[in-house]
Formats: sequence, structure tokens, C-alpha cells
Amino acid sequence: MDAKQMDAIKPAQFPASADASPAKMAVKVACRDVNVHYGTKHALKGVGIDIRERQVTAFIGPSGCGKSTFLRCLNRMNDTVASARVTGSILLGGQDIYDPKIDVVQLRARVGMVFQKPNPFPKSIYENIVYGPRIHGLASTKAEFDEIVERSLRGAALWDEVKDRLNEPGTGLSGGQQQRLCIARAIAVSPEVILMDEPCSALDPIATAHVETLIDELRENFTIVIVTHNMQQAARVSQRTAFFHLGTLVEEDDTAAIFTNPRDERTQGYITGRYG
Amino acid sequence: MSDVTHSGGVGLPSRHIGDEAAKRLKRRYAAEARFKFFGMAALSAACLSLLVLLWTIVSEGYTAFQQTHIKIEVEFSPDNIAPAGTADRRRLMAGDYRAVLFEALDRKWSDVTDRDGQRLLEGLFGSGAEVQLRDMVVADPSLIGRKVEVWLLSHSDVDMFFKGHVGADEASGGRMAARQVAWIEALRAKGEIEKRFHGRFLTGADSRDPEMVGVLGGVMGSIFTLAICFLLAFPLGIMAAIYLEEYAPKNRFTEIVEININNLAAVPSVVFGLLGLAVFIAFFGMPRSTPLVGGFVLALMSLPTVIIAARAAIKAVPPSIREAALGIGASKMQMIFHHVLPLAMPGILTGTIITMSHALGETAPLLMIGMVAFITDVPGGALDAATVLPVQIFMWADNPERGFIEKTSAAIMVLLAFMLVMNAGAIWLRKRFERRW
Amino acid sequence: MANDHIVRSYDEELNRLTGLLARMGGLVEAELAGAIQAVAARDAELATRTVRADIRVDELEREIGEQVVRVMALRQPVAMDLRLVLGSLRIAGDLERSADYAKNVAKRAVALAQLPILRPVHAIPRMGTVVREMLKDVLDAFAARDVAKAVAVWNRDEELDEMHGSLFRELVTYMMEDPRNITGSTHLLFVAKNIERIGDHATNIAETIHYIVKGTPLSGERPKGDGTSFSTVGAGG
Repeated sequence: MDAKQMDAIKPAQFPASADASPAKMAVKVACRDVNVHYGTKHALKGVGIDIRERQVTAFIGPSGCGKSTFLRCLNRMNDTVASARVTGSILLGGQDIYDPKIDVVQLRARVGMVFQKPNPFPKSIYENIVYGPRIHGLASTKAEFDEIVERSLRGAALWDEVKDRLNEPGTGLSGGQQQRLCIARAIAVSPEVILMDEPCSALDPIATAHVETLIDELRENFTIVIVTHNMQQAARVSQRTAFFHLGTLVEEDDTAAIFTNPRDERTQGYITGRYG
Repeated sequence: MSDVTHSGGVGLPSRHIGDEAAKRLKRRYAAEARFKFFGMAALSAACLSLLVLLWTIVSEGYTAFQQTHIKIEVEFSPDNIAPAGTADRRRLMAGDYRAVLFEALDRKWSDVTDRDGQRLLEGLFGSGAEVQLRDMVVADPSLIGRKVEVWLLSHSDVDMFFKGHVGADEASGGRMAARQVAWIEALRAKGEIEKRFHGRFLTGADSRDPEMVGVLGGVMGSIFTLAICFLLAFPLGIMAAIYLEEYAPKNRFTEIVEININNLAAVPSVVFGLLGLAVFIAFFGMPRSTPLVGGFVLALMSLPTVIIAARAAIKAVPPSIREAALGIGASKMQMIFHHVLPLAMPGILTGTIITMSHALGETAPLLMIGMVAFITDVPGGALDAATVLPVQIFMWADNPERGFIEKTSAAIMVLLAFMLVMNAGAIWLRKRFERRW
Repeated sequence: MANDHIVRSYDEELNRLTGLLARMGGLVEAELAGAIQAVAARDAELATRTVRADIRVDELEREIGEQVVRVMALRQPVAMDLRLVLGSLRIAGDLERSADYAKNVAKRAVALAQLPILRPVHAIPRMGTVVREMLKDVLDAFAARDVAKAVAVWNRDEELDEMHGSLFRELVTYMMEDPRNITGSTHLLFVAKNIERIGDHATNIAETIHYIVKGTPLSGERPKGDGTSFSTVGAGG
């Protein structure tokens, strides 16, 4: 019996795959006792969490709870804020990303990011995609770049919509398409982890649905961390959910558990709409 | 659907219906109408004063592009110039063209034999006529020995009289003698005196005689000076702005630097002239009166404004673009040069060119470094002594001769055209760089 | 509730749901009481009235179902709210079934009233009291989200089962003694069974309350005091 046949039979033989806990996947990013100070403000207090491979981990919590701050620790975007000071350890594949030997430019190639507002460069769709691979030297010939563009746009479920107008400006696309373009731009550099900071907050429900579908598909190849204000979205797209409150990580669990039976009162209060 | 009840004050009485409300609304619209009227009035006042200014300048100055010429037959006799066939430029230049002119006068007005009359005849032509004859011969030496009918530049006084700017005699502002007036009237009757296009005004440099002056010397001086100024201020300004915006730590020192830049932008320009005199000329020994020093001084003067404009433009680039670049793994420098700077460029260029326009109109600091000299040659480079357009205008305006009045206005027209071209360039550049985000 | 939703109308919707449930519970309690009373007092008229009252319970169940759909569609409840909404639907189902059983008891009361009095009928009010208490307690427990009380109800089912078991044996013995008792005894047997089933639904409700409040199923085997499924009564006694 070859592997293919095995695969074909597996689901029938192990129907339990659906209820295998997401917690059983390998750890991609291990965070321990992460603290962030902005000047004198203690923005993040002793956060410890394991982010698992090929999973969507959602960070939820009220505004100012530190979820975005924490997300930005994962690719050291906080470095750009002069007053920010990060302590603790964040291991990406066992390597401390705050190690002085780690180059931040390389780190950000490994940990891509998608932002709240779709922010394509004011250049053509094609240029938007190839920018990352070009600065990281991932390709050199036109053919290679073309291949990356097609693969990334297909990966972001945008290829069919834009393949005939790759030279038109990316800013001319609709909001949802722009955000998928940004996702395509992020995956063009072949990252391991993709961070998404409220990626759908500026989109209409249909565009949001497209992006959510895409996130679910991306899970096959990437580890995804998403910050969202929309709890339904966290419930829809994520396997693991972490609830942040006042700079602390209150609870982290399988998404299904968080949304049916959270352990902590504060989580319960927040997701049911009781917390102010 | 028909049984929908319209509650017009039945269920919930509205405070926005009724006489009271109508009165309030009317007051609001009246205030708005008043405001609009004031705005229109201000705009009209501005437009009107601009129109008056333009009309004054143009009506005074447009005649300067024409000059009164008198038709006369001259003989380029070899006795006065050089033997026929001479090609040596220097020898041709050295010919006695005054004599050529006088002989022609004697022939044309053979009835005038008295000394006074001859002097008055000579007075119909200025030094311009001689230069004109000389230039003809230099351009075409085969003229020697031939008789030719030419239109010669009249004296500025004749020009003023013929254009009607002044009357004939002293009492009416003119400087013509009665006999001269009679001659001119006779010429007019024969069609031998007329206003013709005067290209020399656009291609010549300064001169003592109003009919001989040209603006090209000033224009070229301005171009060289501004080029130097732009080449210094633009890159320096952008570098400084980038450093201050993107790299400089926010501390006491950078704060002081910022404050000083803002203050420098407000320093009177004449101070920069003094500085240039002391530093560039006295200390570094740069040649005075040259566009090089002028450019340095104007660059110093423009730098703070360019920095401020560039910083504002850089700051206006949305942070989302920076994040996008950094998030994909661009280094800070890549972020700046690939994304921030191209997006800021229209703003920077606009700011810079407006600053350049200011520098173009600057006179005071250039007076300090000696760019006020009387220079009759068009400068060929940044190291030639030169003057600039506004200084030229200033010098002509200072000149008591009546003929300079229209020249001054015309020079102002040229200066305005210069600025228009620069601003058009700025708009074109901005459109080229402009991108939506 | 201890802390309210930020959106007050959400609370109002949930309160309406629990209010409907409370009313339904009250109706079922009354129906049950009427049915038991009808059996005990051989009151056919009361029995008929009780049967008719069941329509209102069915209406309420439908109303609760609609309210649940409404809350789900408009509020997308999660966590405790989700469990409350879904639990309410389940409780409504249990109550509706209980009401059906009460209706059955009332119907049999009409028949029993025509028959001669059987001695074991005295056990019915006793069972009725227990099950009414269970129903009352479990509804109170739901109103107060009182898990301890719910668990107490859950444990009490054993008692009811035992009573049912002993009545079962008694009636079988009775029928063996005199075949003329068979008709009445069979009716009584069904009455007892129905009452016992109501008890089972009360324990279901108790489990639902536990799930609503704790989010986990009530663990452990349910106490079973009812051996009727296995009990045989030997021909010789």
C-alpha cells in the first residue's frame, strides 16, 4: 500500500482527526515572560504563549490590552518605536529573535506582516509583489519574478481577478483586493509566520469573507497570528484564541473552548459583551 | 403601506418645524451668505490689485520691445573702416563707424551745414547706431565699399518722443530741439522713421544707453546663480530633512537644531549677504560679483526653508507605507529611498521651487557680495562677474534717464515670465512624481 | 444576573427567554399538579380541564423556540449566553415532554374515575409530590443558576425510581391476585411510568442547568433506583 492510498483511507480509519486538539501541533514561536515598556508605561506584562505551526492563532481583547503590541514584538516592529523596551524571550523555531546576532531585516522576511489598513505601495500590482523578493535577493531573472508573482497572487486568491492588469496600480483595486494584494506581497517572500493586525477592519463583509477564506487556506503552509476586534472573526478563522486584558494574557485555549466555555471570568465577560 | 402615520408634531412634537425654527434657519443662512460675500470681496480685492499691478507693468513696459529706427543710406567706405577684403575681426571692430554715420547724415541732410545743426542731427542717433553698423560689417565684411539702406537705432530721446511718452521740449519732459522735431516730422511723412522690433533687449546685456540695454545678462546671471543655489540647497536640504525626520533621536540637541532651522528661515536675507561677504569672499577667497558666490549665499538663505518643506513632505507620507516596507523586511534606508522619498518628492519639489522663486527675486544679499556691478557682457559661466535680474531692475529703476522707465517695466515682465516658467516646471515635476496612496 | 451586557436590549432578549421558560415551567407544574389531583380525587372534570391546558404549554414551547432563533440570529451569543440559549431550548423540550406526560396522566385519570378504586393508587400522590418538588426545585435552580440545587434534584431521581419500582411490583402482584384488577392496574402502571418519566426530564433539566452554568456535562453515572426493566415477579410470589 503506497502513501497515496494510505492518505485516501486515513480519514475513514481515523475519523477522530477533526477533534484532535489544535494544541497538539508543533510549537513555532515560543514566548516566555515577554514584557514591553513604552517609556514608563508597562504595556505588556509577562506574556507567555506557544504559537503553533500551521495554525491560526487569534489575539482578542479590548483596545489597549496589548494584543497589537505583542503582535509587533513577534517581528520586532516595536523596534521602530524609540521608547519601546522589550524583555523576555521569543523563540522562533528555537532561536531568540531578540538575540543581537539576529538581523531584523532577515527576521521580517521570516515573519511577514499584514496591516489593518490595506497599504499597497503606490506602484503596479506586479511591483508590489516583486519588491520583497527583490530586496531579499530571492530571484534574479524576469521569469523567476513572474513565477513568484503568479504563485503569490494565486496563493492570495487574487490571480484570476488581476492577471490581466498586473501593470495597473495596486491602489486602484477594491479594498478587499488591496488587502489580498498585501497578503500576496507578504507571502511572496516565503515567510514562515504571517502576522495580521486586524486585517479586515477596513473591509466590507464580502471582502472580509474572501480574506477569511484565504486565511484558512494559508494555514496549510504558514503559521498565522491574527489580531482582531471582531470576535466572530476570531471564532471563524482561528484554531487557538488568546485573550488579552490590561497587558496580560488572561487565557489561551482552543478557539472552540474559548467561545463555548472560557475558563476565566474576564474572557467570558469580554466575549459575551459584558465587559466594558 | 398606506396606513403609515406621518407624525408631524402629533406623536413627538418637532422643534425643527414652525416659525421659530424658520427664523433660526434664516439667521443661519444669512450668516453663511455674509461670510461668502466677505470671501468673494477679499478675493476680488486681491485679483484687482494683481490686475492693476500687471496692467501697470505691461502698459509701461511693452513698448520696450520696440525701438524707434530711422532709415538712412550709409556707405561703408574703406577709408573709414578697412580695405575691402579684410577679414580680421579686430581690425573690422576698430573701424571708425562714427564717421560712417556722420557721412551718411551729411548726405541725407545736405542742407544742414551749421555746427549746431550737425550736432542736433548727430543727436538723433545714439551710440547704438554705431554699434549696429559695426556689427553689420563684422557679420558681413563684403559690405565694405558698398552703399546700403539701413534702419538705424535712434537716440533714446527720439525714441521717447516718437513713442509719445514725452513731449518735445523740456517743459513737457522731452529733450528735443525744434529743428529735430521738424526733421522727425519730415521723416515720419516719408515713412523713414518707425518703431521696429528690438531683439537686442532680449539678447543684450547692460549699457549706459537705454536703447542699447538687454536683459540676457541678468537672466543668465540669475540662471547660473539659481543653478548653484539649487544644486547646493536641494540635496543638502533633503539630506538634513531625512536625517532629522527619520534618524535623529528625539532629544535636547535635535530640538535645538530644529528651533534654529526654523529661526534661520526668518532671518532677514541681507544678513546672509553679510555672511557671504565675510565667509565666502573674505575667508575662502571666492571671486566676488560671481554667480558662484551668489548661489552659495542664496543656498544658505534657502536651506532652512527647503529643510522645513522637505520635512513636512516626508512627514506627510502615510505611516502605513513605511510599515508596509519595514514589514516586508526593507531596511530603513530602503524604506526611505524606495518609498518615502518618491512619495515625498512632489512636496519637496514644490517647496524647493517656491523657495527658488523667492531666491530669484532676492536682491539684498547679492548687493552685499557685489553682484551689483555694471557689466556689459552676458556671463558665460558661474565664475564670470554677473548681475541678476532683480538687481538689474533695481539698477535701471535707479537710473534717471527717461528711457530706462520702460526698460525697467519690461525687465520686470521678463522676471515674471521667468518665475512663471519655473512654477510651470514645478507643476510639471509634481504631476510627474505625484501618485495616489 | 451578576453583570449585565453592555447592550441592554441583549439582556432584555435573554430575560424574555428565561421569563418564557419560567411561565412554561409554572404551567407544567400546574398541569402536573392537576393531573395528580385528578387521579387521586377521581375527578374527571379536573382531568379534562388539565388535558385542555396542555395547548398553552405547546404554544409557549413554540414561542421559546422562536425567541431562541431570534437571539441566535440577532445576537450571535457565545460562551455562557450561547449555553443559556441552547439550554433554554433543551429545557423547553423537556418541559414540553413533561407536560405531555402530565396530559397522559390526566387522560388516564378520566378512565380511572370510571373504574373501582384500587388500593395502590395511594402511591400516586406520593410519587406526584416527589416529582412536583423535583420540577419546582429544578425550575428554581434554573432561575437562580443554582448548580447545587440542580444536582440535588438530579440525585433525587433515585428516590422516584425506587418508588416507581415498588409500585410496579405491587401492581403486578395485584393483577396476579385478581384478573379484574388488570384494567385499572394497567392504567395505574402507565400513570406511574409517566410520572417517573417526568422525573427523568427533571434530571435532564438539572443536567442542562449544570451545562449552562459550568460549561461541562454533569459527570458520573446517573443514579438509577429503578429496577423495573429487570424486575420479575415470580408466579409464586
